[in-house]
Amino acid sequence: MIAGAPLWRLLSFYTNMLKFLLNKLVLIVPTFIGITIVAFGFVRVLPGDPILSLAGERGVDPERYQQLLVQFGFDRPIWEQYFTYVVGLFQGDFGTSIATKRPVLNEFMALFPATVELATCAIIFATLIGIPAGIISAVKRGSWFDQLTMGTALAGYSMPIFWWGLLLIILFSGTLGWTPVSGRISLLYFFPQVTGFMLIDSLLSGQAGAFRSAVLHLILPTIVLGTIPLAVIARQTRSAMLEVLGEDYVRTARAKGLEQVQVVGVHALRNALIPVITTIGLQVGVLLGGAILTETIFSWPGIGKWMLDSISRRDYPSVQGGLVLIALIVMMVNLTVDVLYGLINPRIRHQ
Amino acid sequence: MKKFGKLLAATALMGLMAGSAYAKTLVYCSEGSPEGFDVAPYTAGTTFDASSKPLYNRLVEFKRGTSQVQPGLAESWEVSEDGLEYTFNLRKGVKFHTTSFFTPTRDFNADDVLFSFNRQRLADHAWYEYVPGISWEYFNGMSMPDLIKDIEKVDDYTVKFVLNRPEAPMIANLAMDFASILSAEYAQQLEEAGTKELLNQEPVGTGPFQFVAYQKDAVIRYAAHADYWNGKQPIDDLVFAITTDAAVRAQKLKAGECHVAPYPNPADIESLAADENLVMMEQEGLNVGYLAYNTQIAPFDNAKVRKALNMAINKQAILDAVFQGAGQAAKNPIPPTMWSYNNAIEDDPYDPEAAKAMLEAEGVSDLSMEIWAMPVQRPYNPNARRMAEVIQADFAKIGVDVQIVSYEWGEYLARSSELDRKGAVLLGWTGDNGDPDNFLAVLLGCDGVGGSNRAQWCNDEFQALIEEAKVTSDQAERTKLYEEAQVVFKREAPWATIAHSVVFMPMSKKVQGYVMDPLGGHWFDGVDLAE
Repeated sequence: MIAGAPLWRLLSFYTNMLKFLLNKLVLIVPTFIGITIVAFGFVRVLPGDPILSLAGERGVDPERYQQLLVQFGFDRPIWEQYFTYVVGLFQGDFGTSIATKRPVLNEFMALFPATVELATCAIIFATLIGIPAGIISAVKRGSWFDQLTMGTALAGYSMPIFWWGLLLIILFSGTLGWTPVSGRISLLYFFPQVTGFMLIDSLLSGQAGAFRSAVLHLILPTIVLGTIPLAVIARQTRSAMLEVLGEDYVRTARAKGLEQVQVVGVHALRNALIPVITTIGLQVGVLLGGAILTETIFSWPGIGKWMLDSISRRDYPSVQGGLVLIALIVMMVNLTVDVLYGLINPRIRHQ
Repeated sequence: MKKFGKLLAATALMGLMAGSAYAKTLVYCSEGSPEGFDVAPYTAGTTFDASSKPLYNRLVEFKRGTSQVQPGLAESWEVSEDGLEYTFNLRKGVKFHTTSFFTPTRDFNADDVLFSFNRQRLADHAWYEYVPGISWEYFNGMSMPDLIKDIEKVDDYTVKFVLNRPEAPMIANLAMDFASILSAEYAQQLEEAGTKELLNQEPVGTGPFQFVAYQKDAVIRYAAHADYWNGKQPIDDLVFAITTDAAVRAQKLKAGECHVAPYPNPADIESLAADENLVMMEQEGLNVGYLAYNTQIAPFDNAKVRKALNMAINKQAILDAVFQGAGQAAKNPIPPTMWSYNNAIEDDPYDPEAAKAMLEAEGVSDLSMEIWAMPVQRPYNPNARRMAEVIQADFAKIGVDVQIVSYEWGEYLARSSELDRKGAVLLGWTGDNGDPDNFLAVLLGCDGVGGSNRAQWCNDEFQALIEEAKVTSDQAERTKLYEEAQVVFKREAPWATIAHSVVFMPMSKKVQGYVMDPLGGHWFDGVDLAE
């Protein structure tokens, strides 16, 4: 091998990677504009009027109604409202919630860490169990383990979350008393929210037992939220693995006399992981959007519950702002996954 | 940083308190997050439970467990002969909360009263729109801007309200949540610091508990107000653990994670009541669920037709199917816990045969009508769709064909008010101030036609009675007038009165001295925990 080759290849890697990133970034702009339109249009397409919903049975007299329309800017032509809204977005102004009269961005940021914490735990839980289960099922295809795992995965995938959550609460918190029913930490502990992540804050607080309490509170919601991703990841790993195990290079590796562990763990797994990473990335996006049901059952103060409340109140600014913020985050996650994907799989990068 | 230091100090203190054997902490699993801690911009009970009840006082207060009014921050008051001037003598020595963010330098006085009301009624007041988009819905909703001509400070401990017209429910209005008294001194401090919005986030009041910390959708912490004018509370700390799902609240009660939890699922009531560590309190709610005919459109403009339809409704079946026992049949438009409830009135009997004959006698045959069912669950009607179906089946028995109609909630409220609306709508009302005027005038008065009077019913006899009652300040006289108005209502039958809900309140056996509020609030002053 000549001495210059590695440097040339390195350069080519960087330029390719840069081109790849730029391509992805260029795509983000129209996507973002599309999202603002969808978010803006979505709440307005819903039947119902935020002012009437706010007033309830008590009603609101026509004069006052007009005043409020003007105050919220709903009397302006729709394109003007959209324009004001987008200009605001670019200045970092996501509007003010009609219900709480607080900036949407503040509301979102106060709740988002709880969603991230739960989503992270759920995805780690799902990956740590899902990938090994998928691999073993693929290797021992047709065995009792395979059938049991895939049966369970199918059940997990179709599990009604609300029922599943309550079932776990009744069993583990009610009957056995092993885990707390709901919340993020025992009410005995009270310390300032530094990061918003309870696991970190409880350690920072230095209060004895706080971290343990935070972990205990995370167990059931993690399992409930992780159930569907776990099923998806296990099934995806199994089918990717099955495909790869049939490839020529795996046969070659076996023919070389490599151990089963090496064949599966090195040659097959690295290739099988490519579609699995995409799946995990998509799941992360879904989970970061807030888990309405899980958050409701476990009184978890995240953004899913907040979005649901905002929709039922026709709180236009909150729904719009929330949708745009969630979409931005999902886009970032997808971009990261794309980059990772490009790193692992040179074929994508070179396209 | 300074604020954080204070928070840390407060944390250390709380830690100590939590660790000591003497601190008594009561945990209430509330059903949702408050919209804010300033009371007046909001209308939701959940917000009031977390703000006006623990943190603030009013000039007058509802006597706990009743809708009668007693002195609060005003020790006494006089009403002028013409009913236009209300003079309040304020209580002396009332302390505001001393917190990490505010140290009061003076006691409560007339300036605080003026501040609390004027910010809601004077558009040029510095606090009229202290947060963009804020408005004073309850104050406006109770017609206070039209009613109050002026509020005068006579001296530091005397305040005079001057009205534009006599209005007997005025005193009851002043016991309502929006009339909570805030600190003018604290407001001034915030204004000078340029942080007005904190009035809604870091509240200061004179109430039995003071604000410590809040995390949205998670927890609110209060500590007993050490210098409370009515004595320090038996418990030291009050914690609201926000738990939105009713089934989860039930589990938390059973697991001992909370002492009190409101609004149980009807399905959980039996198992909660059977739990040996819990007790179940119950009370009729201050509400009514009704079916309002459009009395301006034939054949519902005929009282006999309305009466006949009322006789075809099997209320017991509705109580079983819709309320699952958590309801009580309604015969009057006001609930039984309200003063002036006329118990002598007899409800229309359930008699489909007679109803059918009455319709025929009025020449009504092949009647086809709409019944509107609300899309949301309300305290006075947990399942309007189901209720409409039961009534549909009842009416089918007397040959009346019913189509069930529903719209999105905001739309429903708007359309059901329209004068030419067809058929009958299911709706209801929850009392604001415990005054019968708040039901009878709002829901059945001539002013409400085209608005909150969904029956579009304007009856001269009824109207004369409630108008007279409104300007009479003697309660015994008012009671007579309202009792008579209920007789007129029953005879004319603009509504089918369906039910009053029964409110259940499960709590730990350790909780002592809890009294249910007929107005639907949740109060923890005077509540103790057994060791």
